Amino acid sequence: MTAKQLFPWIAGAALIALPFVYREPYHLHILILILIWSFAYTSWSMMGRFGLVSLGHGGFMGVGAYVTALLWNHLGLSPWIGIPIAMAAAALLAVIVAYPCFRFRITGHYFVLVTLALSGIVLQVITATRDYTGGSLGYTPDRTKGSQLWALQFDDKVTWYLIALGVWAVGLVIWKWVDRSMDRYALEAISEDEDAAAAAGVNVTWEKLKITLISALMTALAGALYCQYQMFISPDTVSGISVSLQMVFAVIVGGLYVSLGPTIGAVITILLAEGLRIGFGTKAVGWDNLVYGVLLVVFIIFLPKGILGSILDRLKTARKV
Amino acid sequence: MLVVEGLVKRFGGFTAVNQVSFRVEQGEILGLIGPNGSGKSTIFNMLSGTFAPSAGSMQFDGTEISGLAPHRIINRGIGRTFQIPRPFHRLTMFENVALAGYFGQGKHSRIKAEEAAERALGMVGLTTDRHALVDGLGAAGLKKLELAKALATGPKLLLADESLGGLDENEMDQAADMLRKIRDELGITIIWVEHIMGVLMRVVDRVMVLDHGEKISEGLPSQVSSDPRVVEVYLGTDAVATQAAAAEARR
Repeated sequence: MTAKQLFPWIAGAALIALPFVYREPYHLHILILILIWSFAYTSWSMMGRFGLVSLGHGGFMGVGAYVTALLWNHLGLSPWIGIPIAMAAAALLAVIVAYPCFRFRITGHYFVLVTLALSGIVLQVITATRDYTGGSLGYTPDRTKGSQLWALQFDDKVTWYLIALGVWAVGLVIWKWVDRSMDRYALEAISEDEDAAAAAGVNVTWEKLKITLISALMTALAGALYCQYQMFISPDTVSGISVSLQMVFAVIVGGLYVSLGPTIGAVITILLAEGLRIGFGTKAVGWDNLVYGVLLVVFIIFLPKGILGSILDRLKTARKV
Repeated sequence: MLVVEGLVKRFGGFTAVNQVSFRVEQGEILGLIGPNGSGKSTIFNMLSGTFAPSAGSMQFDGTEISGLAPHRIINRGIGRTFQIPRPFHRLTMFENVALAGYFGQGKHSRIKAEEAAERALGMVGLTTDRHALVDGLGAAGLKKLELAKALATGPKLLLADESLGGLDENEMDQAADMLRKIRDELGITIIWVEHIMGVLMRVVDRVMVLDHGEKISEGLPSQVSSDPRVVEVYLGTDAVATQAAAAEARR
C-alpha cells in the first residue's frame, strides 16, 4: 500500500480516536455540527458538480427533519423507521419536482428557479401547519429518559460524534462511488450537451433523476440527523431558501469538484459563523451572512474551483513541473 | 434495412420535410444531398429520435422506430454524428468514446465499452492513450472523434452528418475513404449527408437529392448528377440556360 492509499485509513483512525482523547464539549459540539453539515453539503454537491444547481435542498432537509420528528411525537414511531420514511418522502418530492423538469428539458436558470420554489413551498407548509409543526417557533422531538438507542437520543456527545463521523464517511464513499462509475461520464456529458449525450445512447432523463434521488435521500438523512442531535428544529434552520443558499455557499467555497470540497466548505463556514457570533456577540446579528455574501463573490471570481480544488490543482501542476 | 414512408416534419407552419419516402439496403452507402435548409439534417434528427416526425413511418429492421427516445434508437443500432462535432470537453478522448460504448450498445458493461472504444479509436486513427484530452484536437481530429463515438455505439446503420465541412481537400478524401472502409470492414450501412457533391459521388452507391423538404431525385451518382432538376437546384436556372447555350454554341 502506498502512502496515498494509507492516508484515508490513518486519518479515519485519528478521527475515531479523537473524542476518546479530547472531550471538551463545546469543541465536540462544533465538530459534530461540521460533520452533519459536511454530509449535507456533500449531498448537495452530488448534483451540483454536474451543473444541476438546486436551491431546493433546504426542502429535502426540512422534510427529513420534520417528518422524522412528527412521526416520533404523534405516532411514537422510532426514528429508525421514521428516518427511512422521511427519506422516502423527500425522494418522492424530488421525483415530483425533478421528473417534469428533466422530461421537458427545464435546465440551467429555469431549473434553479423551480427548485427555489420547492424550498419556499416546504418552508411555507411547515410554517402554515403550525398546529402540528409549531410553525416558526420551532419543534422539539419528545425526550426520552437518558440515552436510548431505539429513540436515537443520546446524552453524550461522543456517541453523536461517532454517528456523525460514520454518516459523513458514508457520504464520501457514495461520492467516490459515483465518481468512479460510468454514470459520472454520462452526467458530465449531459452537463455539457444533452443532445450529444443522448446521441451517445445516454438516457438523459433517467441519469439526471438517479443522481437527484441519491442527493435528495442523503440530504433528508442529514436533516433527520440534525434534528435528532439538536433536539430542536425550526423552519429557518433546516429548510427554506437560506439553508439552500448556505449549501451552495459552502460547497463553492470549499470546492465543487473534489470529494472533500464540501467538507472544507463546512469547516470554513461554520468556524466563520461561530467566530463572528462569539466575536461580535449580539451586536452583530446577521454579520455572518454578510461575510458569506462577500466571500461568495470573491470565491466565484478568484477561486471558481474552491479552496481545496485550487490547492489540489496547484499541487498537480507543481508535481508535473 | 430501413424503410421510410411519407415522412413529414412541420415546425409550426413551416414544413421542413414533406412526404419523403426512401429505402436503405443492407450494406450500402446512401448519399443524401441538397442545399442548406433542404431538410437533410431534419431527416437525420427524426431517424435518430431527436425530433418525432409529424407524420409518416420509419421502419428499421422491420420495427417501427418513430417516436422512440434517442437512446432507445441507438440501442437498436442507429448511430449518428453531428454536423458540427459535439465532443465532451470535461471528459478525456478515451472517456468520450467509452461513454458511447457503454450506453450506446445498451449492454452497460465497462469492459465491453472500453474494448469498443479501443477499436473505434483505432479504426478512425486516433490515439488510444487514456489521458489524451479533447482540447488539443483540430477540425479533422474532432470529426474523427465524432465518428469514433458513433462507431463505439455498435451501429448497424450509421448516420454521418456533413462529415467533411471545414476540411481541406486531402482531409476530405481521407474522410471519404474512411466511410468506405467502415462499410467494407465493419459491414455498417451508411447514410451520408453532405454539401460537397464531388467527394460524395466517388464513394456512395446511391444518391438521394432533397430540395425544400422534398425528394427531387434518386438513383446512381451518374444518373443523379445529370438530372436537370438536380443541376437546377445546385447550379441555378441561369446555369442550366448557360449550359444549354454553351451546348448550342458547340453545335
